[in-house]
Amino acid sequence: MNSKSLYQEVILDHNKKPRNYGALDHASHHAVGHNPLCGDHLDIALNLEGEYIASIAFQGESCAICKASASMMTTVVKGKTRADAETLIKEFRDMATGTLNLDAEHHLGRLTVFAGVRDLPTRVKCAILPWHTLHAALNSVTTTSTEAEDDPMHAAIGDA
Amino acid sequence: MKIIDSTLKPQFASIFDVEAIRAEFPILKLQVEDKPLVYLDNAASSQMPQPVIDRLVRYQTSQHANINRGVHYLSETATAEYEDSRRKLQRFINAGEDREVIFTSGTTDSINLVMHGYGRKFIGAGDEIILTTLEHHSNIVPWQMLAEEKGAKIRVVPINDAGELLIDEYERLFNERTKFVGVLHVSNALGTINPIKQMITFAHARRVPVLIDGAQAAPHMRVDVQDLDCDFYTFSGHKMCGPTGIGILYGKAELLERMQPFKGGGDMIMSVTFEKTTYNSIPHKFEAGTPPIAAAIGLGAAVDYLSAIGMDAIAAYELELLNYATEQMSHMPGVRIIGTAPMKTAVVSFEVKGVHPHDIGTLLNQEGVAVRTGHHCVQPVMLRLKVPATTRASFAFYNTMAEVDTFIAGIRTVQKFFT
Repeated sequence: MNSKSLYQEVILDHNKKPRNYGALDHASHHAVGHNPLCGDHLDIALNLEGEYIASIAFQGESCAICKASASMMTTVVKGKTRADAETLIKEFRDMATGTLNLDAEHHLGRLTVFAGVRDLPTRVKCAILPWHTLHAALNSVTTTSTEAEDDPMHAAIGDA
Repeated sequence: MKIIDSTLKPQFASIFDVEAIRAEFPILKLQVEDKPLVYLDNAASSQMPQPVIDRLVRYQTSQHANINRGVHYLSETATAEYEDSRRKLQRFINAGEDREVIFTSGTTDSINLVMHGYGRKFIGAGDEIILTTLEHHSNIVPWQMLAEEKGAKIRVVPINDAGELLIDEYERLFNERTKFVGVLHVSNALGTINPIKQMITFAHARRVPVLIDGAQAAPHMRVDVQDLDCDFYTFSGHKMCGPTGIGILYGKAELLERMQPFKGGGDMIMSVTFEKTTYNSIPHKFEAGTPPIAAAIGLGAAVDYLSAIGMDAIAAYELELLNYATEQMSHMPGVRIIGTAPMKTAVVSFEVKGVHPHDIGTLLNQEGVAVRTGHHCVQPVMLRLKVPATTRASFAFYNTMAEVDTFIAGIRTVQKFFT
């Protein structure tokens, strides 16, 4: 796997035209995620109605992998329950770190386009940051990062 | 018994034969992603030529034993080679005496040594330490640790948007509490060459000692510590074609003698009893335990290799590479060079509009080009210049104009791909 396969059409498309990019008029949950090593910075806002993610948006400066991951994430989790979103968060992290068996049952669908990132260890955190930030938002943690005690590779992501 | 090393014959006079030089660096033949390696990450670490690799092998094959302690042949041989290497480093920077050259594990280690040996003894509550915005974290954090411990204060020399130190502001920072100055010779992120001789003269008129972090200077230009009159000068072996794990602290003898030791252990002592221990004289006072003997000898071989080419020739050639790269990049819309001081080493940090450094670096790697992305261990510089991170290409005397062309073409590919 080389980086050319990582930057597939769909990832480039989501980078150039990110979906759900911007602010929400009303947000019940909100978190900011930050990768201090490369400067990726993401702001995720969502509106939970009951158990459903009724609306979600993101803003911030980040690399193409991070932005595309955030964009695809918002399109996939919109309308889903909080529990379903947590399942996807865990599965995405496992896929990105190479611990998910892609042949077994999972719910990632088109998100498997990011599978290649597991072969590029320096870019794994770029792909994971939006999901990590979503998890923080759903659990009312307002800021998170990819480093130290917040490191998604080491921190527990709860039961999904 | 003197051992003459006949494998390091000088091969170049005044003509710079870069292809002949490249042929001596085996790693430059590597292919990355089915493309020839274009190694432009020399500020992070440099590559090692075969004569230096061979010297390390020869040491381990026929000369190795522990130094300073034995009366047998190998111990005496190893000791002679280690001390011979020290003298090579002394000549390389024109230090007055070989006992002023201390082997450390690198620039960071050297700076920490000065912090502990000089700073903890002579800097106290209310004293001020002057650093600059350009400093690498290795010349910031030890002083922050000292300041916190002692209740001292750090004052910072600002830079302009081109990445040059504001010397007027530097001079304004001095007062009767100023006790130390630490400044980079060359900025690793921007390539700026600082006017350190002038800064040292100003500090000395006020009886303030100066440490110069020369990690990015010693590999790329001639350094004369007596001419600079710096009190301390630090640099690393792996940035100048030597092995990792070895570096140098140069210090004026009278300062080193007054300093307290850094690490305690064997070799840095005269005598040890549980009642009282007396310390050894310099340089051994600062070389506790078994040193990185092989690496020190390897560094001496690297000095021989570079000296045979000539530091002036290296500086002149690298300047041509810098000018060629800068000229082309300044005509590329959407590409912005960060660090535009008139006096620079061959370092180009840059931004591509709309593309994150991570993506630039990953795509350039696809073309076989190795650059570095991120904050380069100079977060204060990044903050001041309002960039979260940059992409940095740093050249060495074994890079070619053709490699600059490949790098430039790579940037164009990045722009086409992402924008």
